[in-house]
Amino acid sequence: MTALVLLLFFALHQDLWLWRTSSPLVFGVLPPGLAYHAAYTLAVSLIMAVLVRRAWPSHLEGEESGDGTPGGRA
Amino acid sequence: MIPLAIVGLYLVAVVYVGVFAFRRSDRRAGAEDFFLAGRSLGPFVFVLSLFGTNMTAFSILGSSGHAFSNGIVTYGLMASSSALIIPLSLFFIGTRIWSLGHRHGFMTPVQMFRDRWECGHIGTVIFVVQAVLLVPYIIVGVMGGGTTLAALSGGLVPYWAGGALVALVVMSYVFFGGMRGTAWVNTLQTLMFLAFGLLAVAVVGAGMGGFGHVFTEMLDTPGQAALLTRERISPWYFFSYTFIPLSSIAFPHIGIFCLTAKKLTHFKRTVILYPICMLAIWLPCVFLGVAANRATDVPAIKAKLDARATLATAGPTLDATERDRLRRTASGDDVMLRLVEHYAPVWLIGLLGASVMAAVMASDSQILALSTMFTEDVFTFYGGTARFGPNVQVQMGRLFVVLLTVVAYAIALRVPQSIFDLASQFAFAGYSALSPLLVAALFWRRSTKWGALAVVIWVAIGIAAVAAVQINVPAPAGPPTVLWTLGEVAVLSRAAAGLLVFNLLPVVPLTIGSVLLMGLVSVLTPPPGERTLARYF
Repeated sequence: MTALVLLLFFALHQDLWLWRTSSPLVFGVLPPGLAYHAAYTLAVSLIMAVLVRRAWPSHLEGEESGDGTPGGRA
Repeated sequence: MIPLAIVGLYLVAVVYVGVFAFRRSDRRAGAEDFFLAGRSLGPFVFVLSLFGTNMTAFSILGSSGHAFSNGIVTYGLMASSSALIIPLSLFFIGTRIWSLGHRHGFMTPVQMFRDRWECGHIGTVIFVVQAVLLVPYIIVGVMGGGTTLAALSGGLVPYWAGGALVALVVMSYVFFGGMRGTAWVNTLQTLMFLAFGLLAVAVVGAGMGGFGHVFTEMLDTPGQAALLTRERISPWYFFSYTFIPLSSIAFPHIGIFCLTAKKLTHFKRTVILYPICMLAIWLPCVFLGVAANRATDVPAIKAKLDARATLATAGPTLDATERDRLRRTASGDDVMLRLVEHYAPVWLIGLLGASVMAAVMASDSQILALSTMFTEDVFTFYGGTARFGPNVQVQMGRLFVVLLTVVAYAIALRVPQSIFDLASQFAFAGYSALSPLLVAALFWRRSTKWGALAVVIWVAIGIAAVAAVQINVPAPAGPPTVLWTLGEVAVLSRAAAGLLVFNLLPVVPLTIGSVLLMGLVSVLTPPPGERTLARYF
């Protein structure tokens, strides 16, 4: 479900339907394409808030102790 | 002189921040304290500093300049796509990097790759490619300092002196403050960006007689209405730009920065606020860049518009030298500076200058990251720390900061900026195409060191090939020149903005190629041992 929502959001970035639209100006100043992407940016913030609430990788939070030694070999 | 004085104050302030961070440091804590601020950054500094680390001079000057020439498409190309991809990569990848860093003591991505894929010299190859892609970025920063100070002082401070001053300031606070100093400076930088954007829109808007009137006039002007749409840009080009923000998490300075948070929960606010910060900084810059097309009462902007009109009407008939001259004149990189100079009070010009200097000095994170990588991935890995001790490691890191800055400055004095502008563009494509390394290491058990090596070689050769074509085939005056076709399909084209592959930016085939190579080579080669895999999955 999360992946589907994120894919949908990625698709919404490609707003072909506004490609050649220059009017009417939103709030009297913003071209429609710019207003759309500004609103899109705010919506991304909301989506991230939902993602944090519902899909936070809390299993990573408790893993703060370890051997502290980087591995690897020559 | 007032703007120059404000910029001078800013430079003094950041040096002081570096010295203050040095005093606050725990020198007994050694490398982790210097290179990662002791993994102790709080939520406020973490979010603002991470954002500031991702912002460069392009965020203010380049974005408005691009919008001046290309219109509103700039925001969708660079801002809203980053607002989606960068927080997502922090959410899925950054949190895992943080967790593994805390568990296993990693300080660089290469340390993680070496451990995850049980390799040594392949890690060194990854280090070399990462370093080669990062260095041009640092040089551009030094050059930007020189040109900005020269412009702000009206030539009073020559380019060489401006570059030297900026290099010295950056070197000082990175040298003394390490990651703590760099993070605090980046926090200050982000706060300045946020303040500047809102102020600039208000002041310039009032000066131009209101933006409603400006954009209505643009709608009614043939040739300018198109700037309020995206009709000049192909949807494929727009789509392919969404691959560029993948580079963010793959840049070593961002990966290393993810290790500095005190708690994993600091990422929560970061991913939520990141898009809002993007909006607050990029929207005003793009908006003003587009509006500048009506600022014909500003002589420098009028000259740009005239040059653009000449290129549009007579471009193909002009000789290459004249065309290049007109292109340079029409370039919008300084429109923000011109708008603010014309419409704003001098203190706001000073604030802009300081913001630009702050952005230019974003090279601090890259210098520190390269220093961390050198000391951890080379010096320590090949036995230096074991032999000489952790204090020598930190001193080695500081020495590397000085050497790197001096070398970057020496190169900045001798080589034309256009070469490094180009190289830093390739850095974004290169790091995007390297991002599958992180995804494979963190999410795919079956990935192997040979798959990683194949990806790194592919990216190095691919970037070199794209650079060679782009340098040797001149940019066309009009539509893209098709270089190679398969049947009716244009495979390779040279557009004004660069090389296109199937009408896409090269970053798309490079990244897809990386994914395929990682998959194919990994399934054909033996995976790491179960003990190693158990540490990750």
